[in-house]
Amino acid sequence: METPKPVAPPGLASLFVSYVSIGMMSFGGGLTAWTRREVVQKRGWLDDRQFLSGYALSQLVPGATNVNLAVFIGTQLRGTAGAIACVAGLTALPLAIILLLGTLYLHSQGTATAPWLGPALIGMGAVAIGLNLGTGVRLARRNLSGAIPIGVTAIVTVSIGVFGLPLLYVMLAVMPLSLLLTWLTRPR
Amino acid sequence: MSPVLLQLLILFGGLSMLAFGGGTAVLPDMQRAAVDHYHWLTAREFLDMFAISRAAPGPGSLIVVLVGLKAAGLAGALVAFVAMFTPPCIAIYVLARYWHRAAESAWRALVERALAPVSVGLTFASGLSLMRGTEHGWLPWGVTIISAALFAATEISPILLLLGGAAALLLVGS
Repeated sequence: METPKPVAPPGLASLFVSYVSIGMMSFGGGLTAWTRREVVQKRGWLDDRQFLSGYALSQLVPGATNVNLAVFIGTQLRGTAGAIACVAGLTALPLAIILLLGTLYLHSQGTATAPWLGPALIGMGAVAIGLNLGTGVRLARRNLSGAIPIGVTAIVTVSIGVFGLPLLYVMLAVMPLSLLLTWLTRPR
Repeated sequence: MSPVLLQLLILFGGLSMLAFGGGTAVLPDMQRAAVDHYHWLTAREFLDMFAISRAAPGPGSLIVVLVGLKAAGLAGALVAFVAMFTPPCIAIYVLARYWHRAAESAWRALVERALAPVSVGLTFASGLSLMRGTEHGWLPWGVTIISAALFAATEISPILLLLGGAAALLLVGS
């Protein structure tokens, strides 16, 4: 097990508290940056290489990347109980907050209590879509080079984003294709 | 278990295992199922919920809680939450225990490289299908394009952009 020159493994309570703060600081995305700041820079529980390999694995496995990363970090540091402490810390307060916001939103529908809410949500929704597209641009700049990756990205973008094909079928077709092309063009 | 709760469990449990590169990957399928197939909510409501989940703290995938809340109340919200997060958590937990063995293997590097362009495509696709699914006036379109450009090119905080978007629509009108 490759643990860092450990600064004494953190207690479950401090894992939980750290993850509560990570969850609450990360408005509008940017969870990964906050996780790294807390776990690597502030606490020194993992070094950068361990963090990045955990991050890669978290992206490899389906599901919310940062929830996966919390499971990974918790498991590495304190096993099963650590994983539970991290995920509970990350999700408990945001879950309560989104339940509250959702209840307020659903109750405000069809009433005249907050006439500003409709336009405000339309504006935020438009930005939220922009954030997705902007994230795509950032990821593309960092991860895509060469005709094959760009082609794979284009196929996925167009088939789901433009033609609305179901994700499952697209993945079943594109993943083997991408694996094959990556294997054929692997550096030797 | 009521039929709606069962539908939520199966839908989000299934989608959770397809969410490669993060929760946004399954937004198009989630929208199609929740809006067009089950009619739990309208496309407008779905986009509102997407906006709320991006503005609120925590993982963006918490949008499933809002969908579940609308479909079946508090029980629906909790079922959606558990269904969306449990399967991937178990998968990564198992992998994390064997990670040090896989760390140097060639297949892992291959899968990582093959998955990257797929994840990027899924990110673009979710933005595009949300745009397709909603009636958009010229102003929201402009806001989307400007915020995409700003977010891609600068280090501006997403929460500032979200507030700016809300302000733009309030000031200029929809």
